[in-house]
Amino acid sequence: MKKLVTTVLLAASLALFAGCKTKTPPQPPQQEQQPTGDVSGVNDAVVGDETAMAGPSGELLSKRIIYFDFDRADIRADSQSVAAAHAQYLSKNPSQKVRLEGHADERGSREYNIGLGERRGQAVRRALLLQGVAEAQLSTVSYGEERPAVAGSDEQAYALNRRVEIVYLK
Amino acid sequence: MKKLATSLLILFGAASPAFAQLKLTITQGVTDPINIAVVPFARAVPADGGTDVAAIIQRDLESSGRFKGMPRTDMLGAPTTKAEVDIAGWKQQRNDYVVVGRVSALSNGDVAVKAELINLLTGLSMMDKTWTVKPASMRKAAHRVADEIYKLIIGVPGAFDTRIAYVSVDGKPPNQKYQLIVADADGENALAILTRDRPLMSPAWSPDGTKLAYVSFENRVSSVWVQDIFTTQRSRVSARAGINGAPTWSPDGRKLALTLSGSNGNLDIYLLDLSNQQLTRLTDDPGIDTEANFAPDGSAIYFTSDRPGSPQIYRLGLGSGERPKRVTFTGTYNARPRVSPDGKQLAVLTLDNGAYRIGIQDLATGTMSILSKGRQDESPSFAPNGAMVILAGRERGQGILQTVSIDGQTSFKLNADAGEVREPVWGPYLK
Repeated sequence: MKKLVTTVLLAASLALFAGCKTKTPPQPPQQEQQPTGDVSGVNDAVVGDETAMAGPSGELLSKRIIYFDFDRADIRADSQSVAAAHAQYLSKNPSQKVRLEGHADERGSREYNIGLGERRGQAVRRALLLQGVAEAQLSTVSYGEERPAVAGSDEQAYALNRRVEIVYLK
Repeated sequence: MKKLATSLLILFGAASPAFAQLKLTITQGVTDPINIAVVPFARAVPADGGTDVAAIIQRDLESSGRFKGMPRTDMLGAPTTKAEVDIAGWKQQRNDYVVVGRVSALSNGDVAVKAELINLLTGLSMMDKTWTVKPASMRKAAHRVADEIYKLIIGVPGAFDTRIAYVSVDGKPPNQKYQLIVADADGENALAILTRDRPLMSPAWSPDGTKLAYVSFENRVSSVWVQDIFTTQRSRVSARAGINGAPTWSPDGRKLALTLSGSNGNLDIYLLDLSNQQLTRLTDDPGIDTEANFAPDGSAIYFTSDRPGSPQIYRLGLGSGERPKRVTFTGTYNARPRVSPDGKQLAVLTLDNGAYRIGIQDLATGTMSILSKGRQDESPSFAPNGAMVILAGRERGQGILQTVSIDGQTSFKLNADAGEVREPVWGPYLK
């Protein structure tokens, strides 16, 4: 059943973006990704399998990263215009989806940092929703401190790693 | 073990990736250790495969911090039975105990490891025992001898014949390789049971030591998996919308407590029955609730919650109508609780004078003591005998593993020869 759903979705997305120029073949689901045993009640996060694309360009729209202060999840004044530009673009292009990837710096507990990254992703999600983007266009994922943008254990590295990346999806 | 190695070879084939090997260094011992001479055992060449049983026993005992082994160069003789031991002579060399033994090959291909422990104060034998193993399990036999000696002298079981699991990471961000590794408690016999190019985190041992639950981002989003460490067979047990994280086993091994967020991003703790996938919500709070860990009797969970404004530890009794009660009041940051095997202490990640360190809180008195000395320590996990805690630290920008005795007096570290290692979890006693 799940395999069928995945196949149908893949087929649908292929049909939808058949005219797209920059096409990457969709990743075939690996065998290991098929759950074994009874997983009724498992709502597959199919959105995670969608591949990233270049997305729109422009002075603000080409900026895809929103940075955060230590232990904070509110969008700073210097990032409001970036969030607003993406909100405007997405509300004009209601079939375009984005994934909001939240991250934390390396300090503190790993699973708690997953929570902090999610809180940041949700802050950007709420800002976009308030500015007219539809819920169906947005998904969030938190990597906590697991996928740093840069290596290093200093304030500069921490500041670059506390972020939400706006990933445009095919 | 051989079986595991074989199936791993089949799994990865010729492309089997190299992974970090650990090197154990004893960094700090007690000021007044018990002096023990572990005399080289009589060998059975070639059946013993070159394994130096006495060296493994000595290193195990020293790694506990309670013992100081006599250097071989100082030994006057090489007795292999009690009858050959000159009690007065070894005692005069300031030894408290002597261990002697012999390895012999049996006709069926097995190897017998016979070890004797002599108390030099009384001159009496405390142990005269033989362990029979396959030649491939010589190290295991040595760990068992060390466990027995530790128990006879210290009074609590040793935890040398146990396993640890950890995550190893190679490469520079954002192109990193993640591996889930199972090794002996001394870092030897390390084997990767899973390799992914997206993050793996939060390994947790099943109470019977046969499985690991963990989080994988292999689908770009998080999901929780359970994997048999012997067959390497795995199944996905939670891939719901939002976060699937922080799995931990109930003491009966039938349920997992885990953290789910749903698509609205509110992290709460749930109980997943592995037999029927039934999900029960345990916490419901707009703050971050995560990192559950069961009390050993299964009557309660301890977890991290930032409902008071900063992360703190709460306890939730699992009887009906019980409410979460705050447990930690020292400092502004306490997270990742792990309950000691006797249920009396909590190991936590705590912010101590600007540094992230491991603290031990006495659950009866509420007193917190700081166990580790690093600036970025994390992921504490108790040894099954409760005498040591393994944790992750940083050294020159790389993640390393470290164990510290529960009194903070002794420690040893496990460095990887390549890449970094993190999130160690100490497995249970094996049946």
